[in-house]
Amino acid sequence: MEFRDYYKVMGVARDATQDEIKRAYRKLARKYHPDVSKEAGAEESFKELGEAYEVLKDPEKRAAYDQLGANWKQGQEFRPPPDWDAGFEFSGGGYTGSGPDIHSDFFEELFGRRYAHAASGDGRRSFRMRGENHHAKVLVDLEDSFNGSTRSISLRVPEVTEDGHVVTRDRTLNVRIPKGIRPGQQIRLAGQGGPGMGGGDSGDLYLEVEFRTHPHFRVEGADVYVDLPVAPWEAALGGTVKAPTPTGTVDLKVPENSNQGRKLRLKGRGLPGKVAGDLYMVLQISLPPADTEAAKELYKQMQDRLGFNPRATMGVS
Amino acid sequence: MAEHDRPERGERGGPPMGELIGEQTTLTVADLCRSCSVEAEMVEAMVEEGILEPVGQRRHHLYFHASSLRRTRVTLRLQQDLGVNLAGAALALELLERIAELEAKIPPDRQ
Repeated sequence: MEFRDYYKVMGVARDATQDEIKRAYRKLARKYHPDVSKEAGAEESFKELGEAYEVLKDPEKRAAYDQLGANWKQGQEFRPPPDWDAGFEFSGGGYTGSGPDIHSDFFEELFGRRYAHAASGDGRRSFRMRGENHHAKVLVDLEDSFNGSTRSISLRVPEVTEDGHVVTRDRTLNVRIPKGIRPGQQIRLAGQGGPGMGGGDSGDLYLEVEFRTHPHFRVEGADVYVDLPVAPWEAALGGTVKAPTPTGTVDLKVPENSNQGRKLRLKGRGLPGKVAGDLYMVLQISLPPADTEAAKELYKQMQDRLGFNPRATMGVS
Repeated sequence: MAEHDRPERGERGGPPMGELIGEQTTLTVADLCRSCSVEAEMVEAMVEEGILEPVGQRRHHLYFHASSLRRTRVTLRLQQDLGVNLAGAALALELLERIAELEAKIPPDRQ
């Protein structure tokens, strides 16, 4: 088991006040919160932070943690000394607020058991309770929405064992992604959530759909956008060009006198559905390089004969 | 669910199809409470704050657009993890949605 340096995770000194710890937590929580953060690995960092705060915000747990000593290093192999926690109570402090989230083995070893005792306090009472709903994200490709597909997703599920310990179990689930799925939509799998207690029903599993970034296409609601490079003469004179769509190549008619950024709409060629989205081709004028004498000559001719001032609206030439 | 996209049947022994909570799906207060494990009072408070907007009412029962599920969950997480109040969560949600809209307009190679 690896030692966790909770002070290092939170970026505070070992003698930080409770207020300083709270401020550090708030600041880092905003930085790494999975709903807000753009940092790589935000979710992992946020979990680590939550665990560190769980311990350091609770004076009893913090005191118990402190007496392990200051010489341990993050990630160092660790076994808790016997009776390390003698005299500590952890009364009501276990998993406060955060629910039975997934904690590290280190946390479980030190603080998990206390929680187990507290949770199984009155074993004689029997009750029925519906299992918890679980939530997870599933990454799909744009093509999945056009064709429908099956995705295999791996979940780490916390489970309470008979003696009240929380362990995590890996679980793989194959899920059908229905045709027409859109970013942000949810798929509910009835009965695939947490198990019920005392014969209660299992909870449900909710999967929030996210689209993997595609090299060409971007999705906005049900509409799909693609930047389509065109040559200056294709934009100026108009004509038919080959264009990629998520379902294959099409012939696209470019109207004459098209300018940079012009959007051409292919109705109903976006994400499929009861009301299908549209596909937008956004024209990007690509200039041929002036790297030969012939090319330079052509550009010079345009300069001389077109009398074109692209900055006319700015009052400069 | 009050009304939902008809789940397609998977073939025997195939992976579970699940139920798509899609565009046409509407959710009642009870649906939201059940799926997000919150009290009805919380849903009402989110309506007051404009985080959730009912799309209609059937016999005194409000119902909501499918996207309310995600909004409710994000609000709860922001509240619990960052200590913001409902007004703050509403503001954060709006800003996050605006960022998402803007990012969708940026071509992938320029992100």
